Amino acid sequence: MSLDRRGFLIVSGSTLSSALIAACDSRGPQGAERLLRYAERKNEVVERALFRHTAMDAPIAGSRLAGSALPSYFIAKTVPVWDESQRGPWTLEVSGMVDRPLKLTLDELQKLPRTTERVNHYCVEGWTAVEEWTGCRVRELARLAGIQRGARYVDFQSFDDDYHESWDIESAMHSQTVIAYGLDGRMLGPPHGAPARVFSPVKLGYKNTKYLTRIAFLPDRNGGYWSDQGYEWYGGV
Amino acid sequence: MATARTHHPIVRITHWVNAIALTIMVGSGLRIFNAYPAFARRGETFCCYPFEHKAIPRIFTFGGWLAGARNWHFAMMWVLFVNGLVYLTFIYLHGEWRDVVPRKSFPRDAWAMMSYYLFIRKRHPVQGKYNALQRGTYFILPVIGAVAVISGIAIWKPVQLQWLADLMGGYVWARYWHFLSMVVLVALSAIHIFMVFAVDPQALKSITIGGYDESKSPEARNARPFYHLFARSRPKDDLHPSLAPTEAFQIPPRPPTDTDTGEKS
Repeated sequence: MSLDRRGFLIVSGSTLSSALIAACDSRGPQGAERLLRYAERKNEVVERALFRHTAMDAPIAGSRLAGSALPSYFIAKTVPVWDESQRGPWTLEVSGMVDRPLKLTLDELQKLPRTTERVNHYCVEGWTAVEEWTGCRVRELARLAGIQRGARYVDFQSFDDDYHESWDIESAMHSQTVIAYGLDGRMLGPPHGAPARVFSPVKLGYKNTKYLTRIAFLPDRNGGYWSDQGYEWYGGV
Repeated sequence: MATARTHHPIVRITHWVNAIALTIMVGSGLRIFNAYPAFARRGETFCCYPFEHKAIPRIFTFGGWLAGARNWHFAMMWVLFVNGLVYLTFIYLHGEWRDVVPRKSFPRDAWAMMSYYLFIRKRHPVQGKYNALQRGTYFILPVIGAVAVISGIAIWKPVQLQWLADLMGGYVWARYWHFLSMVVLVALSAIHIFMVFAVDPQALKSITIGGYDESKSPEARNARPFYHLFARSRPKDDLHPSLAPTEAFQIPPRPPTDTDTGEKS
């Protein structure tokens, strides 16, 4: 029986150590934090290698539009609304590493080549919703502004406090990545990012900045509201 | 057979790496699940989960918050995956797969084992390294594990690897299969741990430091769950034939000799 006991001690020892590991989260010990960062960087390499411009999202047959069941997230205390009387007319700035910086009013944005597509919305929380977005492809804006060679990243900035998220250029140039001003056949309302927002099924919801004001093409990544707090920067789907 | 029942060091190491990695994967997975503890697409309903929008108690979760849990999940998945590959490659090359792949007689053997545990059958069926129920379990575990991995990749990359998500019936169903495979893995692990303590505590030795005393195996002891605790009340008739006292093993009474008689003072 003493051998049984020895075996038992070894097992209870390893159980205890795994319980100790379980006691720390990603904000816990430095070592664990570093390890998780390392894994995130390696995962990004894998995800970027898997990325294809030809991979298109399409809702599965028989799925319904989420419509009013689509939750509305923002970081400000109240729904951010662009107040024209105080801030003047809303414009979308396309700047950074571009040959021809743009400043587009909503009218001008709507006159650009338009695309409407029914796609999935993949939230980091695990839910999905089917939505129909109308807008202009980011690829089209990049062409109009004439992005320079060194622009490897894009930062999408907003007037929802300091919310922004930066992307890799490949995901931004995907043909399903749009600057949307229409949702389910109507003009975008304040709960979902009016006057315009970025939307793409190739990124998790939190990467898709709402209440957009500026698209900046950058040589380096510029973090983001959620990615600075510990969510994956890449956030690809 | 005495040496066959102990485990190769690679099996022992992969077993414990698996135990720790799987615990973290399940805990962090449940924390991720709690961010949206349901399967229905927004604006729809889901047929096959009765506990939609009921969170898993925090005590069973790991990672603290959603981002922490996701980071653990996406880091530990590689440990689990590589560990699983090492184990499967090893048992394939080293021949241990013969102990876990069910034989033709599996249904009969499994029934014999079940009827033994249910007190229908008196004697423990004769087995090799594992009994039929263990064999089935240790065979099905990697299969369920593969389902968990494939459905996991499908919900990780449902757009870039859409064919995989489609194979699972779409993102919502991929998430469901991922959850269900976890439930099965946890259930089988719970039974596994229970049986170790209830039937064969010696297995703890063979899976850690190695070594196994065949004369104390459940088969030799004719042990049902917790039966070893009641060894003294065990009827003689229940003993395995190999352990039952026979004529040959009786120590014959020693014949009296000269020195034995009256020499003591």
